[in-house]
Amino acid sequence: MAEFGTLRVKTGLAEMLKGGVIMDVVDADQARIAEEAGACAVMALERVPADIRSEGGVARMSDPQKIVEIQEAVSIPVMAKCRIGHFAEAQILEALEVDYIDESEVLTPADLEHHVDKWQFTVPFVCGATNLGEALRRISEGAAMIRTKGEAGTGDIVNAVTHMRAVYGAIRALQAMREDELHGAAKEHRAPYELVRWVAENGRLPVVTFTAGGIATPADASLCMQLGADGVFVGSGIFKSGRDPRDDRDGWVEDVSLRARAIVEATTHFDDPKVLADVSKGLGQPMVGISASSLADEDRLEIRGW
Amino acid sequence: MRKSLRIGVLALQGAFREHVRALRRLGAEAVEVRLPEDLEGLDGLVIPGGESTTIMRLARIYGLDDAIRRFHGALFGTCAGMIVLDQEHLALADLEVERNAYGRQVRSFEADVRLADDDLPLRGVFIRAPRVRELGSGVEVLGELDGDPVLVRDGGVLLAAFHPELTDDLRVHALFLELAKKMRASRPPGVPLPKEASARRAGPYKRYGQAPSAKHPAGCGVSPPRSPAPPGASGRRPGGRDVGPL
Repeated sequence: MAEFGTLRVKTGLAEMLKGGVIMDVVDADQARIAEEAGACAVMALERVPADIRSEGGVARMSDPQKIVEIQEAVSIPVMAKCRIGHFAEAQILEALEVDYIDESEVLTPADLEHHVDKWQFTVPFVCGATNLGEALRRISEGAAMIRTKGEAGTGDIVNAVTHMRAVYGAIRALQAMREDELHGAAKEHRAPYELVRWVAENGRLPVVTFTAGGIATPADASLCMQLGADGVFVGSGIFKSGRDPRDDRDGWVEDVSLRARAIVEATTHFDDPKVLADVSKGLGQPMVGISASSLADEDRLEIRGW
Repeated sequence: MRKSLRIGVLALQGAFREHVRALRRLGAEAVEVRLPEDLEGLDGLVIPGGESTTIMRLARIYGLDDAIRRFHGALFGTCAGMIVLDQEHLALADLEVERNAYGRQVRSFEADVRLADDDLPLRGVFIRAPRVRELGSGVEVLGELDGDPVLVRDGGVLLAAFHPELTDDLRVHALFLELAKKMRASRPPGVPLPKEASARRAGPYKRYGQAPSAKHPAGCGVSPPRSPAPPGASGRRPGGRDVGPL
């Protein structure tokens, strides 16, 4: 008898995405550019994080019409974002048969205390985390994939690095502990003991872990992969780079395609500096970005999620 | 001759680490393959699950598509790997598959696969899985799900529509190692292997499933292959691959 939506089936898709690049797209055109460049999946959202940042206002789930258009345009998996705790948006995304839901801090949170109970869904979820405890809390709520948050929409890699170091450093610390110390560690991480123990025994998170937030160049992707990421999400880093599409649309398509392809290759050949040097040549203007350390607290997306 | 088998796992994108783990648990030496020169000296190559468009694209950039066509060891494709080896892509196995044939992720499932020569069923994890549309008469069906062939062998090429690397059951990997061993043994040392794959395809073809709908030409909105395989490269494996029944 066939069983749907088992944990193995949910985490299984994330396993298939490893070593790949998941690109943020806002419409079918961008989705086609992403697929053509070798993205292993696309993430549908209303506006890329850099625009959410500059335009302000409430950021919500993408228009279902846009999601359907993106699904019809590409054959690779299509993910979409819902607001933290907004289970009704998640239900709509499941009805649309998106392949993964990202319960994302990039959108304006809908619940300041609770995340979506992800066990109630057949569709798998990916959630952001800044440290090990947060990752394990999301997994205990049913997340089948984790991405470290970074600081979305900045083009600044520093927070992605900080969060990866925090997660993987804490895992290494757990591995060095005596068994009786794991109870204290579980309390300190505010995470279920069983999960903490599993991580201590296996030396990794129980689900695939990608990195996101601030990746703008092939070198950024390589850095994340070398620090232990299973793959990367690239948001504004691609479609906010290159020539200005308002002046020169064809030039922009050329620039973003070149950069997207280079980041895909850099993610596969992350530990081959010769390939990296080659693919990094002549990519045009990267996204201008903002330094993450210059952001006021209310503009920091990484602190959303509890 | 080396005693342990040396198996490569194509590590461009996808679930390559799980295959490496499974092969090592069975005592094989497993290495990751990212460039054509990594294929040197391998007894077999696994093409893992992942996104077939991504894998094909990365393979073409570095000439791995041609290198795999020239590779003379055993081949094992799972899910996306099955797509990559079919007639519309690398054309190294005599079958055609439909991508994402069961639908999107909410239709992904696990189920028991009935094996041809083992009473104990095998738990198959099917993730946005492909489905065989057309099978050449020379292809042996080793496992079925509801009448569909989901584990098949064409000479030295083993193909699974599901993901044996995601479960602890190592029977399919063991079968592949047996195939790789047999192929290595059938090759006298020092004798050069034939350079070209023969262009013959072995009809008649057995067809499975429904004709693809007009809206979704192949399951879930699949783009046609960008460049069909050159005629000379299509068809069955070189004679040396035909290792008889396992």
